[in-house]
Amino acid sequence: MTEMTGARAYVRALEKEGVTHVFGITGAALIPICDEMLDTDIRYVPGVHEQGSAHMADGYARASGRPGVVQVTSGPGATNIVTGVATAQLDSSPLVAFTGQVSMSMVGTDAFQEVDIIGVTASITKWNHQVREPGRIPWAVKAAMYVANTGRKGAVLVDLPKNVTTESAEMDFNAEVSFPGYRPRLQPDPAELEWAARVLSEASQPVIVAGGGVVSAGAGRELTELAELLMAPTATSLMGKGSIPSNHPLSLGLLGMHGREEANYLVPDADVLLVVGSRFSDRTTGALAGFAPGARIIHMDIDRSEIDKNVESVIKVWGDAKPCIKGLVDQIRAHRAGSGNGEWVHKIDEFRRSYEAPETPNGITGPAVIKAIRHALPGDALVTTDVGQHQMLAALHYDVYEPGTFLTSGGLGTMGWGTPAAIGAKAARPDRVVLNISGDGSFAMTENNLAVAVDEELPVVVVVLNNHMLGMVAQWQRLFMGGRYSAVKREYTLDFTELVKTYGAHGVKAESMDELNTELRRAVAADYTTVIEVPMDPEENVYPMIPPGMGLKDILTDDLP
Amino acid sequence: MTPLNVISLMVENKPGVLFNISNNFRRKGFNIHSITAIAGEDMDTTRITITVRGDAHEITKLVEQIEKMVDVIKVKRLDPLRTVQRDLALVKLSTADPMAQEEALDTINRYKGQILDIKPDTIIAEVTGSVNEVTEFMAEVKHIGIIEAARTGITAIEKGWITLEGNDM
Repeated sequence: MTEMTGARAYVRALEKEGVTHVFGITGAALIPICDEMLDTDIRYVPGVHEQGSAHMADGYARASGRPGVVQVTSGPGATNIVTGVATAQLDSSPLVAFTGQVSMSMVGTDAFQEVDIIGVTASITKWNHQVREPGRIPWAVKAAMYVANTGRKGAVLVDLPKNVTTESAEMDFNAEVSFPGYRPRLQPDPAELEWAARVLSEASQPVIVAGGGVVSAGAGRELTELAELLMAPTATSLMGKGSIPSNHPLSLGLLGMHGREEANYLVPDADVLLVVGSRFSDRTTGALAGFAPGARIIHMDIDRSEIDKNVESVIKVWGDAKPCIKGLVDQIRAHRAGSGNGEWVHKIDEFRRSYEAPETPNGITGPAVIKAIRHALPGDALVTTDVGQHQMLAALHYDVYEPGTFLTSGGLGTMGWGTPAAIGAKAARPDRVVLNISGDGSFAMTENNLAVAVDEELPVVVVVLNNHMLGMVAQWQRLFMGGRYSAVKREYTLDFTELVKTYGAHGVKAESMDELNTELRRAVAADYTTVIEVPMDPEENVYPMIPPGMGLKDILTDDLP
Repeated sequence: MTPLNVISLMVENKPGVLFNISNNFRRKGFNIHSITAIAGEDMDTTRITITVRGDAHEITKLVEQIEKMVDVIKVKRLDPLRTVQRDLALVKLSTADPMAQEEALDTINRYKGQILDIKPDTIIAEVTGSVNEVTEFMAEVKHIGIIEAARTGITAIEKGWITLEGNDM
């Protein structure tokens, strides 16, 4: 026990938790804390807007597997991270937010820069807490990290009133953190697991659907092993992309509204469907009636409340994806040699061949741009995306070879997430190339974060697919609203490539696929931030697509004549 | 009307926990019918009983969402057949008329109520029973003249050895 101020204890506690980076913006309520941050090896990455700082911390978390820390001042600083907190929570990313607060004596008086951020974030955090005594700071920091990064990971917010950071107290850095009602479950019930293994072994047409839980648990290798053992074609949700390498013969790619045809046609034909770490989002299942109607469903999830929430399963296995899948592999191995089903595997090949994307013509098309990006990047590069048509193009056509190298805002669908998240990912993995695939609408929401990329020497590449449209909404208007465009066209006076130069980034337009390939090669090799703007056809639709409310097999593959 | 569900919770006795729980009900569009809560003797925990109308399946899903909240130790939708439920009402009646007073005393006695306060023209009675019994009592004394009434709503406990904390859902 040593006596020190709350601010010093906060920084010491972050150090003890192994925090390497703090993203954020200071303010009146944070002055004591930021003063202490001068005396630590933790790197402080100053932001330009708190939303961007929150996305950076989220990107850091997803790229490193460790909690990302965002630290902002009270009032507007706190409300500005709300989108970032919700984004992380919806995608089960371990984001820890520390917000400054007015002193306890002022709390509840509508003081300057006071907002009830605990009330505001109650329904978008896994847990939140206001520290009311300086002596509780070490416990609160430890508890925040623990809750964010255990069980089903998520966003946590800790509110720090200013007087709690300036006052001194005896600090106990070994205070025990335990919540009587919070018992994250990792190991599955052996009986359920055995039943699942038996049913899977006897399946003639098994299919696996892998979600973000597989990526988060680091269970990609185990999943691939299981797929091979069962000879089971494996589709993924958007968050699960990368849990099996895209170029693996059993990989079906993305399932759902913008899923690949082989995935959307094979999943409904399964006799046994194993769903791991996926929550059956409406974007993944399509209309529930058409979702694997004849299959016995086995659902494995770390969050018990997800089991049977949207889709009723026959076998329910509650636990972390890694021990669940590993347990299955061991049991199936013990019971039989993985013989596989020749007929079923043959059908996969047939499907894949019939849906092989035709060679694209020479012009710039969405799929061609994404494939060029893949071609230019090293295998282990990290890719982030923003939200919209470019995101679905990337989900469909960008091959991922290593789990956790494709990062996207899936649940909340936060436009503007990609650029700051890429910067945070670069902070976590400076050894990797980090590239954000973006669109003009998304990019314009948070492009000011490039100032951080340049000034803090966290170089990233951004490819902006510019169709002068909020393209996904425009696509829906073309397909479902009789082509009436409303609120989607963007007649920019703004020139993106000129704009990014003022931040100190290299900006360039690629007017042809050749130019794009050249610029990508240059950007990937460079140690500075580059933005490549690619002009796109504003009328181009992303296919395949399942119209909202329809089933997995109701696929649109091309423009209607 | 959809049936009344009784949900029993054991939570950490901390500011904001009740807010977070009721916020979950609000999010799914449930209107809480009654709620009782009191801190345990150790002051570390609070026991809450909530009643809410709604489809049992939907309520079960809601209970699972609440179960995973960090500050919630235990939550359970109680089986009405295996549960003892009680409701308590404090009723202030207008009894200036001696006939009214006599009827009031008679009715309170029939419901095994207690007289807590008696003035020349008012009586305060405490009546405890099942929700139906208390509701019937309220209906019977209505014409006498209810000046004011307060009810706790249901509090409940399971029969036999089953306890909220003792066994898994």
